[in-house]
Amino acid sequence: MIGRPSLLLVALGCVGLALFVVPFVGLLARTPWSDLPELLGRDVVTDALRLSLVSSVTATGIALVAGVPLAWLLARVEFPGRAVVRGLVTLPLVLPPVVGGAALLFALGRRGAVGEPLYEATGLLLPFSTWGVVVATTFVAMPFLVITVEGALRSLDQRYEGAAATLGARRWTVMRRVTLPMIGPSLVAGLVLTWARAFGEFGATITFAGNLQGKTQTLPLAVFVALESEREAAVAISLLMVVVSLTVLIALRDRWWRVL
Amino acid sequence: MVIGPHQVTATALTLIVLASVGCSADGGDNHDLLVSAAASLTDAFVEIEAAFEEAHPTVDVILNLGATTALREQVLEGAPVDVFVSADRSNMDRVVDAGEVFGKPEVFAHNNLQIAVPAGNPAKVTGLGDFGREDLLIGLCAEEVPCGELARQALRMAGVTPVIDTNEPDVRALLTRVEAGELDAGITYVTDVLSSSGRVDGVVISEELNAPAEYWIAVLANAPNADAAVVFVSFLLSGEGQAILGQYGFVPR
Repeated sequence: MIGRPSLLLVALGCVGLALFVVPFVGLLARTPWSDLPELLGRDVVTDALRLSLVSSVTATGIALVAGVPLAWLLARVEFPGRAVVRGLVTLPLVLPPVVGGAALLFALGRRGAVGEPLYEATGLLLPFSTWGVVVATTFVAMPFLVITVEGALRSLDQRYEGAAATLGARRWTVMRRVTLPMIGPSLVAGLVLTWARAFGEFGATITFAGNLQGKTQTLPLAVFVALESEREAAVAISLLMVVVSLTVLIALRDRWWRVL
Repeated sequence: MVIGPHQVTATALTLIVLASVGCSADGGDNHDLLVSAAASLTDAFVEIEAAFEEAHPTVDVILNLGATTALREQVLEGAPVDVFVSADRSNMDRVVDAGEVFGKPEVFAHNNLQIAVPAGNPAKVTGLGDFGREDLLIGLCAEEVPCGELARQALRMAGVTPVIDTNEPDVRALLTRVEAGELDAGITYVTDVLSSSGRVDGVVISEELNAPAEYWIAVLANAPNADAAVVFVSFLLSGEGQAILGQYGFVPR
């Protein structure tokens, strides 16, 4: 940048920074440092941590397997109603998560449009189960992957793939050795965002999957319950979430920032 | 550094924001009465609000309904609440112990537990014993909330180990799930089942197992509108207030 940044720029930048730093400082100020090991060792915390990690990683995996093909279709294939599909995929990003959870309930709950026949036929029920948590978190987090990958595919110079094809490579080979490596950084960024969103998901989870320690009570739900009964535990769990999230984000910082 | 139009705008904006924040922080409107009340009192208090506002047109009652524990935390964190209404003694005691109460809290009503089932009782639940069945979808209020604590007490007295599928944050959330048929049964208050106007059926819990709930009310020490708060409490304890509570199934003090 030529010359020094203007005062206005610095002032507004500081306001932005404060918005991020102040709540975090508040959290650190309230942390019961001496009780931390005991609080974090409790069953309710280890159960919630396990559930959060398992469900967020599974959701990210599903998003990868289902989301990349979807992104491909949206980016490369001109089918009727493509704009509508793209709108639908983006919808969970703007819908309040609780509304998303309620919608899932209306569709997949025991009296839901799809859930009822499914239950009658197979006895399978998603609400109040860990798979319900996975479905809820996938619903809210997958759009991140689809949008990121679609953007990357669109901005790809297709001549490289064309060149590979002329050299005799078949479709899957082109995909594997040209396309995917070229969108690699965006894919990783998308996966990180998806995982982060899934890890922090609350509204859709508590509405669709319910709240039960060991089965559906992820870290955000554990914080919510602890806030009203034992604030110290809530602060400890919140700190745990911040540490886990920061670790992942900082570990992937180069790839992530460069692409975004 | 050159003082130019950018710098002037930035300073002006900052001053305007600070001024408006300063103005609204001084307590403003004296005619609002903020009442934090337990979720199970929802329907009764909506009517009490209307009756009170009719009798006192200058006061605007604002109801803040939710789980007693959440409301207690708000008060302890310094929320500008005038009246605190708790669904049990221990939560009120915590507020008293923190020095937040003006005068003494009073009991103004009682309630009893009842099993709530979806209309038509599809799972054929007959009593607390069914709460041990694994094939049923059972919900309770979270353990920390008065309704959840009392429900677990009743189950203990009945010698039942419940197989729970979800712990709901407050009694109305639980009621909604039962109403929607997502759960086969839950333990709520008698008044909640009544308020659902037939969308939920009730299964009686016998008296010797039933743990009664006590509702406590207090004016808060830092109430912005203490005068109106005192009048509101006496209204609730008066014949008219008690009659409205009775209509909704609450047992008078």
